[in-house]
Amino acid sequence: MPLVLVAALLFLTACSGPFPQSVFAPKSDFSTEVDGLFRNIFWWAVVVFLVVETLLLVAIARYRARPGAAHPKPVHGHTALEIGWTLAPALILVFIAVPTMRTIFATAGHAPEGALRVEVIGHQWWWEYRYPSLNIGTANELHIPAGTAIQLDMTSADVIHSFWVPRLGGKRDLTQGRTNRIAFRTDSVGEYWGQCAEFCGASHANMRLRVIVQPDSVFERWVDQQRAAPAAPAKGSPAEQGQQIFRRSACIGCHTITGVSAGAVGPNLNHVGGRGTIAGALFPNTTESLHRWIMNAPSLKPGALMPPQNLSGSDLDAVIAYLQSLK
Amino acid sequence: MKSWLTTTDHKRIGMLYFWTAFGFFLIGGLEALLIRWQLARPEGMGISAETYNQLFTMHGTTMVFLALMPLSAAFFNFIIPLQIGARDVAFPRLNAFSYWVFLLGGLFLNASFVAGPLFGADRLSVAPDAGWFGYANLTSRQFSQGPNVDFWLLGLQILGIASLAAGFNFIVTILNMRAPGMRMLRLPVFTWMTLVTQFLVITAFPVITVALVLLMFDRFFGTHFFVPSGGGDPILWQHLFWMFGHPEVYILILPAMGIVSEVLPTFSKKPLFGYTVVVYSGVLIAFLGWSVWSHHMFSAGLGPIADSVFAGTTMLIAIPTGVKIFNWIGTLWGGQIRFTTAMLFAVAFIAMFIIGGLVGVTHASPPTDLQQTDTYYIVAHIHYVLFGGTILGLFAGMYYWWPKMTGRLLSETLGKWHFWLTLIGMNLAFFPMHFSGLLGMPRRIYTYSAELGVAGFNLVSTIGAFLIGIATLVFLVNLLRTYRRPVNAPNDPWGGATLEWAIPSPPPVYNFTVIPSVESRMPLWQTERHAPMAPLPERPPAPIHVPGGSWWPMITAFGLPLMAIGALSHLIPVVIAGALVVVVGIYRWAYEPFEM
Repeated sequence: MPLVLVAALLFLTACSGPFPQSVFAPKSDFSTEVDGLFRNIFWWAVVVFLVVETLLLVAIARYRARPGAAHPKPVHGHTALEIGWTLAPALILVFIAVPTMRTIFATAGHAPEGALRVEVIGHQWWWEYRYPSLNIGTANELHIPAGTAIQLDMTSADVIHSFWVPRLGGKRDLTQGRTNRIAFRTDSVGEYWGQCAEFCGASHANMRLRVIVQPDSVFERWVDQQRAAPAAPAKGSPAEQGQQIFRRSACIGCHTITGVSAGAVGPNLNHVGGRGTIAGALFPNTTESLHRWIMNAPSLKPGALMPPQNLSGSDLDAVIAYLQSLK
Repeated sequence: MKSWLTTTDHKRIGMLYFWTAFGFFLIGGLEALLIRWQLARPEGMGISAETYNQLFTMHGTTMVFLALMPLSAAFFNFIIPLQIGARDVAFPRLNAFSYWVFLLGGLFLNASFVAGPLFGADRLSVAPDAGWFGYANLTSRQFSQGPNVDFWLLGLQILGIASLAAGFNFIVTILNMRAPGMRMLRLPVFTWMTLVTQFLVITAFPVITVALVLLMFDRFFGTHFFVPSGGGDPILWQHLFWMFGHPEVYILILPAMGIVSEVLPTFSKKPLFGYTVVVYSGVLIAFLGWSVWSHHMFSAGLGPIADSVFAGTTMLIAIPTGVKIFNWIGTLWGGQIRFTTAMLFAVAFIAMFIIGGLVGVTHASPPTDLQQTDTYYIVAHIHYVLFGGTILGLFAGMYYWWPKMTGRLLSETLGKWHFWLTLIGMNLAFFPMHFSGLLGMPRRIYTYSAELGVAGFNLVSTIGAFLIGIATLVFLVNLLRTYRRPVNAPNDPWGGATLEWAIPSPPPVYNFTVIPSVESRMPLWQTERHAPMAPLPERPPAPIHVPGGSWWPMITAFGLPLMAIGALSHLIPVVIAGALVVVVGIYRWAYEPFEM
């Protein structure tokens, strides 16, 4: 019975929108392939479930003890039955195994020639992306063009992480010293949610990400923007004051802003003002969340390496203005 | 008191195992309730990330090593010698040693909850926090600086010694101590599954021991077995851990399958359908269980060839498992089924295990597993297998054998409350996890966003978990009631077919007044060719030698946690003192005079 409910709900969830990390709304060749295989196995499981549980229910309903009934016949076994119920599951498994093997090779992570290659580097607890062919890099929000084959070459700077964006495909682990690959292509423009799936320490739950799939022209504009040097703040603006404070604060030890600082521990901030989220896609990129984040990051994200900053109210506002100016 | 500390009687050791493991089961359950409390709503209920990570690590570790394995061991101890017609296990003092090592290892591991101040930590608890699977390189000193992981790797090494000692003991016992006529294919299925389980124990535990020793070297002496920046390989840990970890799954489930194979025939009044097939499929499951470990690593990137091979071996296991289920249904078919509490749990075991098993097939396929692994979908699967399977099976065993173990019948009324609350609770708790997982909720997260849309499923899971908690309290009341308001049990309250039912409840210290001669698989039942065994004499016709107790197993056992405490606090003299206790203990044990 429960599985019938599952079946009903599966189809409900497949067509509804409010589940941003659902595996039931595949939007890439990779996730569509996996989804098809899952549905195949799922229906076999439903059939087996119904047959076996029905047999079990019939047995306990039909053969409950009745007063005065004769002693049951001591049956010890039945060879033909044994052979039958060994072969039947074996046969079903063949129907599952063959498409499985086919899909394993189809989803092994090899992208066709001309794919856009992105290096994904896992950090406790954020994602770094490098586009070697475009000579740009960003963090947490992965921008990719629609309709182009994508290959992610993934590794880790510290412990094992796992890159998972359910609507674009299955997860693979990021391990220091190794490179794992995911290849996919999607035609659906949009923003997709994901998060780290391998337990990676205190803030594993807070290591989230977004994939932003854009039409070619929009993606190219984004690339140009990323290539450009970070915007220089206008003379006398709060942002310029913020840049001065940034220069002499602890920020420069960990963050890079080209021409200003060269830290390499935390995410590159060249174009942080243009991102939709901060802190590993954990909070929307608003003045309020920047405020809370800079004042006390570890209280929002346990274990975060960024220590609470000791900035006066006006200095903090200026730094935030500066960061927001870095579109 | 002294007689319990020095006991070598398998029945007393069985009761010690039972109550100790049940205590740890309650602790592990409490940890689960705290986890579910935190997840009841998005953004949490106030449990910190650090505490949450300790809770799920200790919940998994406790349930696997301190609750389910030793609850099975309680039955191995109490029931196996009775089922094979023996007076005790082959090595009674080694048996006592296993128990004390298990108890002390469990206490050592749990002491981490209050040991913080001793290590200068700013919090009370320094419990292990890297998951029950302790994946490298998160467990390296660089990423886990405190004593948390040290407690884990030392505690598991101690517990491994207990399991290994018991494993060898039961293999020798079952092979060598059988009553005359108890041929291998006349062994009760529970005994058979115990034998298979112990072979898995003695082959799987050395693997994790090696892994833990390498990890210990990495952490204490700066080696780099699992540290990639030093040329090591964290994937090696995954291979070693799951080479142990997958057989461990069968170590947990096979005893429960054995219990169910005893309970179903008794309450259907029919012999087990396809006895030899059930036995051989148990052996086959164990054998295949060694060849599937990498299905825990499909997302690690082993390549399409390895993934295909391990998918194939994993799917094969479904066949003998399915065969067992069909044979159990065949046992029920045509019987006269009495729905005692034990029988209800056994039937529910089949029904729930089918769900767990079929869901398992969906992640035997590597591509679909890439969407499932490390999500709540897997949490649902393992709980259908380990709760719906192992724990329901163990509950069936408790209701079935408690009268034999204590001489007291459990209340059937309370038992049925316990059963229905457990069954409803577990389905409420674990079924929605299939949805929360496939809708994108990863495992081991202390908080989740409301926008994922999984809040409702999580709330239902939490309600179910608390229902299981209530059910377990009902069971505890039922157990304690047998001490307070006893209802005495006859020799054979259920009409069982195996030898343990031929003797009084509880059995006398020597078990059998005379060692029975066995002529069939069901010695107490009328079969086509054999009349039921004649009742044994009420008093032993000749004096029976029963070995006296010994202090040395317990004293030897104390040396092991002492060594671990020394290692933990980097005090070499304490390590040496612990080692001396072990060596002297074993020496004195070996030369202990024979007591009458």
